[in-house]
Amino acid sequence: MANDPIHQFRIYPIVDINVGGVDLSLTNASLFMMLTVGTIALFLMLSTGRRSVVPTRWQSIAEMSYEFVAGTLRSSAGTEGMKFFPFVFALFMFVLVANLLGLFPYFFTVTSHIIVTFALAMAVILTVVVGGFLRHGFGFLKLFVPQGVPGALIPLVTAIEVISFLSRPISLSVRLFANMLAGHITLKVFAGLVVTLAGLGVGGWLGAVLPLGMTVAITALEVLVAFLQAYVFTVLTCMYLNDAVHPGH
Amino acid sequence: MSDRRPGDETPKRPASEARGAADDAALRDRLGRLSRTLDEKAPVRGPERVGPPTSDTKGWAQAMRLSSEFIAGILVGGGIGWAADWAFGWSPFGLITFVMLGFAAGILNVLRAMGEISGPGGDRRSPPKDRDGKD
Repeated sequence: MANDPIHQFRIYPIVDINVGGVDLSLTNASLFMMLTVGTIALFLMLSTGRRSVVPTRWQSIAEMSYEFVAGTLRSSAGTEGMKFFPFVFALFMFVLVANLLGLFPYFFTVTSHIIVTFALAMAVILTVVVGGFLRHGFGFLKLFVPQGVPGALIPLVTAIEVISFLSRPISLSVRLFANMLAGHITLKVFAGLVVTLAGLGVGGWLGAVLPLGMTVAITALEVLVAFLQAYVFTVLTCMYLNDAVHPGH
Repeated sequence: MSDRRPGDETPKRPASEARGAADDAALRDRLGRLSRTLDEKAPVRGPERVGPPTSDTKGWAQAMRLSSEFIAGILVGGGIGWAADWAFGWSPFGLITFVMLGFAAGILNVLRAMGEISGPGGDRRSPPKDRDGKD
């Protein structure tokens, strides 16, 4: 049983699968990603199965999540942006459920690995770039040249704009990754303090109530952060998709 | 508005009908102008309407977004600078220049995220009213 806060992020294989020298093992990370997708699918299918006009509580949760993503996408990217709705909805639900699943004891937090959040952010940015080029051709590059700039400054301003655009996947991925990593490390540190203090005898038991209270409070905070990070990821994705649909208007 | 009662058989009916038609046309005109104004205004009311309703949550979201956008700009600038040094051997000038550009890009990101200046490529998101008439 590990007693350091980093051990919870270790990836280990559960079922070893080796296909022609490529390691495709089922790891704890992939297991929890499958669990996330399964939970989302099960929740959506079961809650909307009855399709009652006056929704039940579960159906209303499904409807609220749909309306939130649809409303955010429509107000950011307009009606043309709604063709990206399946992508944005899948992103939102995946990030939210992956964050929330990580809060259960002994469960693995998929989004606390930079490679996972970077893959999600790159999916968004590649959708923006490829979608932008497919729609507007090289006119998509007008995004980087703002209007009303004196001619001599255009190279400098364009370089700054390109760097600003390239910083989007970095900021998207690092924000989610750092929040999840820091939250879980803090949680583990306080939980470890409970055990350490309790080992010191009766006075330790009384003192251990304090880090236990902090663990409870930080768990509540982490639930808020889970929702918040999913919300911020979705809102920013909608804004970046707007740039693909209407660049340099 | 111009509802003609069935008992109104006055000899001035063609004139009143013409007035009714003019009223209808004016009303349609006003409705068209109003819906066009509403259509222009509607997209500007951005994502603040949806999502978590409390102002606390929006404050946290904005704080996280602003801080990470600033740092990401510097990191990307540094990354490009370091890669340019490694590829072209410009050290240390590549790193220095691109970190400074990345700093500027980070500031640009923060200003855009706060809505102080317009989005990339032009004023699609309307900037706030300028205080003294100058930009």
